[in-house]
Amino acid sequence: MDNEKLKRELFRPSKAAKQERRGKFISFSALALIVVAVSAIILFVTMKGLAAFTQNHVNVIDFFTGRDWNPSVKGANGQPEAGALPMITGSFLVTIFSALLATPFAIGTAIFMIEISPKRGAKILQPVTELLVGIPSVVYGFIGLMVVVPTVRTLFGGSGFGILSGTLVLFVMILPTVTSMTADALRSVPRYYREASLALGATQWQTIWRVILRAATPGILTAIVFGMARSFGEALAVQMVIGNAALMPTSLVSPSSTLTSVLTTGMGNTVMGSLQNNVLWSLALVLLLMSLLFNLIIRLIGKKGAMK
Amino acid sequence: MTEKILTTHDLHLYYGNKEALKGINLDFNRLGITALIGPSGCGKSTYLRTLNRMNDLIPDVTITGEVKFQGRDLYAPQADTVEIRKEIGMVFQQPNPFPFSIYENVVYGLRIAGVRDKSVLDEAVEKSLRQAAVWDEVRDHLHESALALSGGQQQRVCIARVLAVSPDIILLDEPTSALDPVSTSQIEATLLNLRHDYTIIIVTHNLQQASRISDRTAFFMDGELVEVGNTKEMFLNPEKKKTEDYLSGRFG
Repeated sequence: MDNEKLKRELFRPSKAAKQERRGKFISFSALALIVVAVSAIILFVTMKGLAAFTQNHVNVIDFFTGRDWNPSVKGANGQPEAGALPMITGSFLVTIFSALLATPFAIGTAIFMIEISPKRGAKILQPVTELLVGIPSVVYGFIGLMVVVPTVRTLFGGSGFGILSGTLVLFVMILPTVTSMTADALRSVPRYYREASLALGATQWQTIWRVILRAATPGILTAIVFGMARSFGEALAVQMVIGNAALMPTSLVSPSSTLTSVLTTGMGNTVMGSLQNNVLWSLALVLLLMSLLFNLIIRLIGKKGAMK
Repeated sequence: MTEKILTTHDLHLYYGNKEALKGINLDFNRLGITALIGPSGCGKSTYLRTLNRMNDLIPDVTITGEVKFQGRDLYAPQADTVEIRKEIGMVFQQPNPFPFSIYENVVYGLRIAGVRDKSVLDEAVEKSLRQAAVWDEVRDHLHESALALSGGQQQRVCIARVLAVSPDIILLDEPTSALDPVSTSQIEATLLNLRHDYTIIIVTHNLQQASRISDRTAFFMDGELVEVGNTKEMFLNPEKKKTEDYLSGRFG
C-alpha cells in the first residue's frame, strides 16, 4: 500500500516539468501558426496563379515571352493578350541597375563607418542609416515623383517616367539596408585578421582591400542580394515614378512597368475569378517565386561563407 | 660585446590613467632568443606590443620614453609604422591565418610589398615553410585553405608568414599557449633553429619553455622589469628575492 503511494508520488510530473511542457506547447503552437499561414499563402497564390493557365487556357510560353499586355482584348491568335515580358524585364532592369548603383556606395560608406572612422560612424552614420530604413516607401515615391522625375525629364528628355527614375528611387531606398548589412559583415571580421595584416607591414588600405573585404565577401554578397530582393518586391515607390505603361522599355526614360506596379494599378479594377484577375495572380506567383529564389541565394551564400 | 639591435629606455605606457609599464630599460642583442616572463597582467605582452607599435591600435594609450631599433627612434613623429612592422614581425597567441590558401597566407607580406614575380613568391613559400618546419606537412596542400590545418600547423604557417618578409626581429606573444604539448615542442624546435638567423623575443607563461629555449630571460612584475640576465644563471641563481619566489612557484 505504501509502495503504491510512493510510486504515485515519484511518477507524478513535477511542477517544473509541467511548466516546461506548457512553455513548449505555447512556442510550438506559435510556430505551427506561422508555418500554416505561410504555406496557406504560397498554396493560395500558386492555385490562383495557375488558374490563368488551367482555366483560361493562357499559353505559358506566350505569358513569359509575349510583349503585349492587354488581358481584356483577344489577340490575333484568338488568345487574350497576356504577355508579361515587359513587366518581367522592367522588374529585372530596375533591380539590377539599383543594386549595381547601390553596391559601391554601400561598401564605401560601410568601410568608412567601420574601418576609417568608427567613432563618428557609430555616432552619426549608424542612426542615420537606421532612420533611412524606416522611412515609408510612399515618401520615397513622392520625392521621386516631385524631384527625380522632373530632373530626369530635364536632363535626359522623355516624360521623365521610366526605368531610370525607378532605378534612382530604388537606389536610395535600398542603400541604407545594403549599407547596414555590409557594415555588419565588416564588423564581424575578427580583429585578429586586422592585427595579423598590420603586423606584416600592411597599410590600412591594403588591410581593408586584401583581408577585410575578402573575409567579408559572403556577408557583402548577402547584403546585395537582400537589397535586390527589396528592389524586386518594392511596389508603391516604383509605381509612382515608372510610368505604368505595359510596354517593352525602349530606353531608360521610356514609360514602362514592373510586376509590382502592374499589380498595384490593376488589382482594384478586375473582378475576382475573371481572366483579367487571374493573370494578375500569375504575376503575383512570378513575384513570389522570385522572392523565394532570392531567399535561396542568400542561404546558399551564407552556407558557402560558413564552410570556408 | 655584441651589438644591441633594439633598446628601450625609460619606457612608460598608460591605458588612460593606469600606468601599465613603469619605466622599462631593456636592451636586446642581435640574434638569439630572449624570453619575457612574469605573472599575468605584469605588462610583458604590453611591452612586447610597444616594440612594433601594435599598441597604436588600442585607443587611449599614451607612451613615453624611447624605443630605438638600430639607432632609429620608433616613436619619432616621422617614424613609419608600416616600415617598422616589416622589420619587426609578430606572431600572436591565437593562430590567426587569413581565410585564404596556405600559399596566399605565406606570400601576403610579399604581395603587399609589391612582389609579383611568381618564381620569387614560390621560392619564398618553400623557404619560409621549411624554416618554420611545416613544409613537409603542407607541401601537397599549398592551395587549400589554411583554416583546415591543425592549430599547431596554423601557428607554424603564421611563423612562416612572418619569415617570408624576412624581418630582423620576430616578436612572439605566447605563441604556444593555445596549443597541445606536441605542437608546442614542434614550435620550440622551430624557434631553436631560427635563433641563429633572427632576433627572437618571446612572451611566455611557461617557465619550462623559457628555460628550454631562451638565451636571455627578462622577468617582469607589476609593470616593472625586475631582473634580466642569462637564462641559465637566472634560473639557477636569481639575484632578486622576487625572481626567486616566482621561479620557485611561490606566487604567480
